[in-house]
Amino acid sequence: MSNLTNLQVGDSLEEITLSPVSRMDLIKYSGASGDFNPIHTIDEEAEKAGLPGVIAHGMWTMGNLSKVFTSYYEEGFIENFQVRFSGKVFLNDVLTLRATLQEKNNETFSFKVNVSSQSEKVVMKGKVVFVTN
Amino acid sequence: MMYKHMIGKQSNKVKNTVEKGMVKRFVESIGDPHPIYTNEEVGKKSRYGKNIAPPTYPRVFDYGVIEGLILPEKGLIHGEQNYHYERPLFIGEEISCYSEVKNYVEKSGTNGRMGFLEIVNYGEDQEGNMIFSEKMVTIITETVRKAMCYE
Repeated sequence: MSNLTNLQVGDSLEEITLSPVSRMDLIKYSGASGDFNPIHTIDEEAEKAGLPGVIAHGMWTMGNLSKVFTSYYEEGFIENFQVRFSGKVFLNDVLTLRATLQEKNNETFSFKVNVSSQSEKVVMKGKVVFVTN
Repeated sequence: MMYKHMIGKQSNKVKNTVEKGMVKRFVESIGDPHPIYTNEEVGKKSRYGKNIAPPTYPRVFDYGVIEGLILPEKGLIHGEQNYHYERPLFIGEEISCYSEVKNYVEKSGTNGRMGFLEIVNYGEDQEGNMIFSEKMVTIITETVRKAMCYE
């Protein structure tokens, strides 16, 4: 297992590419999170809102992004997790989750994080501060 | 300035339990079924001595109602989300949650005047220590605001 303390500035954590976004993914997230806004699950409602089809919950994508750090919870935890939603995610999009170490200061590791789709369009970007104290 | 007068308003605290079954369902829904969340043995042996919840889990909590805050049912755009933790959430613990209108500004853009509503959710342990905060920036377009006024 990789160790956070061995990381150098500029190094990336192992990136994760998700299976194409499915309607079932979004139905499950609606149920698990309690966010039943129908633009995430029902085509007609998405169209009424002026969208070409259902879009993923931004929080589903953010929840997925946090997975990049899961294998490091034995070393510490996420103190700050900040993202900006910069693009819509549609069914069948293939998302890749990335984190790159930007700064390292004793027990604090700051990462640039982002999620991009198959066309390399960035749909979410932000910052994670992971602390090992 | 539609929500300006709401700045500083808070909801009443609501006690929530970090329920194992809910966490299990949540981590499955984001494809993150790591044993640190739900396997008791793994939790006990971990640096926390118990199972934890993932960072975006507070989405599940009930934060009560901010009296007088009426949001459009449709057309809200989620702009930003920002979590801050003092420590991870533990499975089984009780967290008192509440919500506050932190800020509201309007800015002129290509689609008219956009409203930016900043709401912060807080979670405290039963001794009153802050465990996490969750800041959400919601964008409310002029079209959505106007539709709301005429409904």
